Amino acid sequence: MNENVIAMLISGIGETLYMTLGSVIIGYIIGLPLGILLYVSGKNGLRPCMPLYRALDFICNIIRSIPFLILLILLIPFTRLLVGQSYGSTATIVPLVVCAAPYIARVVEASLTDVDAGVIEAAKAMGASNMQIICKVLLVEAKTSLITGFTITTGLLLGYSAMSGTVGGGGLGDIAVRYGYYRWQTDIMVITVILLIIIFQIIQTAGMKISKKLDHRKR
Amino acid sequence: MAAVEIKNLTKNFDIEGHAVTALSNVSLTIEKGDIFGVIGMSGAGKSTLVRSINFLEKPTDGSVYIEGVDLGTLSERELRRMRSRIGMIFQNFNLLEQKNVIDNVCFPLEINGTKRKEAKKRALELLGLVKLEDKAKAYPSQLSGGQKQRVAIARALATDPQLLLCDEATSALDPQTTGSILELIREINEKLGITVVIITHQMSVVTDICKKVAIIDNGRLVEEGLVEEIFSAPKSDAARELLSGKKVSYKPLEKLEEGRRIRIVFRENSAYEPVIANLILKLQIPINILKAETQNVGGKAVGEMILGLPDNSNQQEDIILELKNAGLTVTEVHENE
Repeated sequence: MNENVIAMLISGIGETLYMTLGSVIIGYIIGLPLGILLYVSGKNGLRPCMPLYRALDFICNIIRSIPFLILLILLIPFTRLLVGQSYGSTATIVPLVVCAAPYIARVVEASLTDVDAGVIEAAKAMGASNMQIICKVLLVEAKTSLITGFTITTGLLLGYSAMSGTVGGGGLGDIAVRYGYYRWQTDIMVITVILLIIIFQIIQTAGMKISKKLDHRKR
Repeated sequence: MAAVEIKNLTKNFDIEGHAVTALSNVSLTIEKGDIFGVIGMSGAGKSTLVRSINFLEKPTDGSVYIEGVDLGTLSERELRRMRSRIGMIFQNFNLLEQKNVIDNVCFPLEINGTKRKEAKKRALELLGLVKLEDKAKAYPSQLSGGQKQRVAIARALATDPQLLLCDEATSALDPQTTGSILELIREINEKLGITVVIITHQMSVVTDICKKVAIIDNGRLVEEGLVEEIFSAPKSDAARELLSGKKVSYKPLEKLEEGRRIRIVFRENSAYEPVIANLILKLQIPINILKAETQNVGGKAVGEMILGLPDNSNQQEDIILELKNAGLTVTEVHENE
């Protein structure tokens, strides 16, 4: 294999990681507060507010029901407005975030719902405010479940970032499509797939290890 | 001023469009320094009652006063400050599973803004009080049920409360551990002068530790008074059921018929005299002892006996007269099956 191909694969890995991490971080900046809001305004939340909950619930469901590939194309004008172009890895982060944020919100909501209601009641009985309950009880007690959710989301976005390769998104997926599909260079496609598998395994294993290590519930 | 005063408290829940009454017009006064029991079957409304005391449940009607302050008039912030001065422990302990013991005890102090160093010092003192200094760094999952409840008690005491609410605090514990937790609560009550409210469905918890008791049945307060009095002469069906563990009723004595049974309660002096033996020797009538038990009621030994009487009504009268002369409380037992 010549040096050009190797250089291309290395920059592909870089782009893939950039898209995945970029979208997961921005996704959490939007999705985490959104998930907390879903939990808080929900029926058994700290401050139930059904109109707000239903609105957020509806938006999340709509976005999540659009297949990612369609979302990618639908958002092209929006992406162009935001980034100035609709191709390349930075541009791909936009649809990835739009796709990830409602998903993250759901994952966060589910993690928070799992926190023992008794512990929340105890905190209320101590005179904790809702903000204190969110920061010092919910997020702390749901810590390991949130990290597990983060790992799963990152894995999902890794896969989606590869999918964006079909429309010139850059990264390993882009290489796989260009060389593997259009040029029939099966060897390069196989290598990119193996690289994606390795990256996925590293993310998954590290995430689960950290989650387990921080969990004090069972030893 | 009473530690807690509950006036005409009513609480309705809206369950799928239907109003369900959990508490109906309950009034109670709990004096400072008391250990006050609230007992009832599950579903009677006692948990709602204890949650009304710190307004975790806001009453539909009526008011709650803590040391003269009407909770209904407080703003959200003032209410939170009030709550931080009321300790509460729970059946399932409700410790933060991801924090170690000392951080759990520090938690209420963290919430009210106490400095970390000060909070730690206070937490260590309290762990000493509940005899768990050596477990400061352990996590709740590494503790037994009794130890978890001790941590919860230390946590509840962290903010120097004047009132401690115990919601079925011993219901998840074995009898021996229950005993040691109750002993600790008694010690706290005596040493620190904290008023304690104990919610339970176990009569033994009430007789063991409480001075006064209120009996809740179907959302209503059916009986209230000194534990000793209710134990020896229960007036309500709910009290009788809680005492015997099954549906029986002790009715005031009228004319006894065939196969009737009576319940007698021995207190203090009479517990030391061989009352039954004397009775049999004197009247020369055989008496069937169906049940006999001695219990610790508020620190005093109290005996309870169920006797089967002979059919002859004259003999029955004689026996009852003798028992009453010996200073015993006599009531009739009915089984409602």
